[in-house]
Amino acid sequence: MAHIRKANGLIDWLDQRLAVHKLFDVLMVKYWIPKQINFLWAMGVILTTLFAVLFVTGLLLVMYYKPDTALAFDSVNKTIMQEVDYGWLWRHMHGVAASVIFLIIYIHMFTGIYYGSYKRGREMIWVSGMLLFVVFSAEAFSGYMLPWGQMSYWAAQVITNLFGGIPFIGPELVIWIRGDYAVSDPTLTRFFMLHVCLLPIVIISIIAFHFYSLRIPHVNNEISEELDFDLEAEKYMAGDTRNSKVIPFWPGFLSKDFMYICLFMIFFFYLVCFKFEFAMDPINFDPADALKTPPHIYPEWYFLWSYEVLRGFFFDIGGIKAFNIGLAAFGIAQVIFFLLPWLDRSEVVKPAHERPLFFIWFWILLIDMIVLTIYGKLPPTGVNAWVGFYASIVFLLLLLVILPIITIMERKGAK
Amino acid sequence: MATSESRRSFMGVAFGTVAAVGGVFSLVAMKKTWDPLPSVKAAGFTTVDLSGMQAGELRTIEWRKKPIFILKKDASMAKDPKRDVVVDNAAYTVVIGLCTHLGCIPAYHPSEQIFKCACHGGEFDTSGKNIFGPPPRPLDIPPFKIEGTKLVLGEEGPEYKKMTKEA
Ligand code: FES
Repeated sequence: MAHIRKANGLIDWLDQRLAVHKLFDVLMVKYWIPKQINFLWAMGVILTTLFAVLFVTGLLLVMYYKPDTALAFDSVNKTIMQEVDYGWLWRHMHGVAASVIFLIIYIHMFTGIYYGSYKRGREMIWVSGMLLFVVFSAEAFSGYMLPWGQMSYWAAQVITNLFGGIPFIGPELVIWIRGDYAVSDPTLTRFFMLHVCLLPIVIISIIAFHFYSLRIPHVNNEISEELDFDLEAEKYMAGDTRNSKVIPFWPGFLSKDFMYICLFMIFFFYLVCFKFEFAMDPINFDPADALKTPPHIYPEWYFLWSYEVLRGFFFDIGGIKAFNIGLAAFGIAQVIFFLLPWLDRSEVVKPAHERPLFFIWFWILLIDMIVLTIYGKLPPTGVNAWVGFYASIVFLLLLLVILPIITIMERKGAK
Repeated sequence: MATSESRRSFMGVAFGTVAAVGGVFSLVAMKKTWDPLPSVKAAGFTTVDLSGMQAGELRTIEWRKKPIFILKKDASMAKDPKRDVVVDNAAYTVVIGLCTHLGCIPAYHPSEQIFKCACHGGEFDTSGKNIFGPPPRPLDIPPFKIEGTKLVLGEEGPEYKKMTKEA
């Protein structure tokens, strides 16, 4: 055991037992961040903040929520919204944060793509981030179901039905997931378990892993310059803070982040107080009815692009059922971003504006995903169906065919 | 040295085996925990009396929490020997009223004599066969048994078995 002497204060007392100074050094003071990064790099900290907001408001909501098909709707719309003091606030914060967190995730993702932050050495950062995105989607979906309104019910119906498309075990798998022949009480209680227990634990561990994965390759920067972090850190610690290209996470970098958090929080509470309806679908204020489908079903905005890829293929091609093509395309859309580091085979790590073809590819992808999102919300009839079809094709082509070709061309050109 | 090495690997293998067996058993137990409860399974039978139905009438009943469409065909609707349920010399279309695409409930339009699914525009004819849109197959026929003028849903009667064998 280390030699423990009489402490001269609380910090010292803790330091002797838990080495808090060392810990603080490793986690904050001697964790180096490049100087040359812009506000887009603040999204990580904003996401962490939003997750904390979701966690805390979730705890407050779960005290009054009842996971029972007979009680769920009223426990949310009566008890929490009308009886519990400030219940409406927690609900709106929870709902708005759940929606906005996807906006920030998408910005975070596209920043990574734009600056090539998924490339050699940083693959694990990218993969763990994508994993987080997928688990977050499951978390959002399971939470969406809990108020047991019409949209919740039918979203659950449609999404669980998707598993029926899996060859051989599909139909049984659907019953197994639901715990009943249709979406009903057992489905609600198990989704409740997933939403408040299992998935949050998984998310927190992947967040920890995502942070850890940043440690060795370090965070990328605006000009994708390869820094020797040890060297630059030495310069900084020797007092040459001016010429060093890095700053410590604390206090330098975080102080800037705090400013962005403040700005973001003002925007966030503006939404919570004045624009909360965008995260609350009006159809979900009707209680679930298993015998009546709402005329038009659509998911929340952040799933619209992949929903549109799913339904974009509305006619059979070459004897393959439209349903199966859509399902396969949807499956591809879910995993394709994981493979980005291997689809982009070019070795150059540079921001997109210094890679002309990639730059064009990036913006077409972004626009295509916005188009998919818009048309995912519109009824799939007439012209809309065709726009959805072509946009889905473009999406698949961009990632599966064009990106590898571009990067091969880049590689050849570089030599 | 050699003995302790082999002892150690024996321990490893022994531990691995016990852990694997335990793991498999707990996985089985966990899978079964997620299965529908016996009470859910038992509630899976419903009896409907068809004697009061008019030709051309559509009735929707609930079975295993799913809507079931029962349509008594009138003279204008094409017969389909492969899918019609014949009770008391009248032909009925008996199908699970969930679109085979993603599970929305199609609505019946008597004037056009089709079932239309609003979700992605799928359409089915009066025999429940998909005639337009993304649904990959006709509406499913629930297991049934005929008892006089009554239909028992959830039980596989001889007529149902014959139907599934032919399909
Ligand atoms: S669910 Fe009926 S057409 Fe898609």
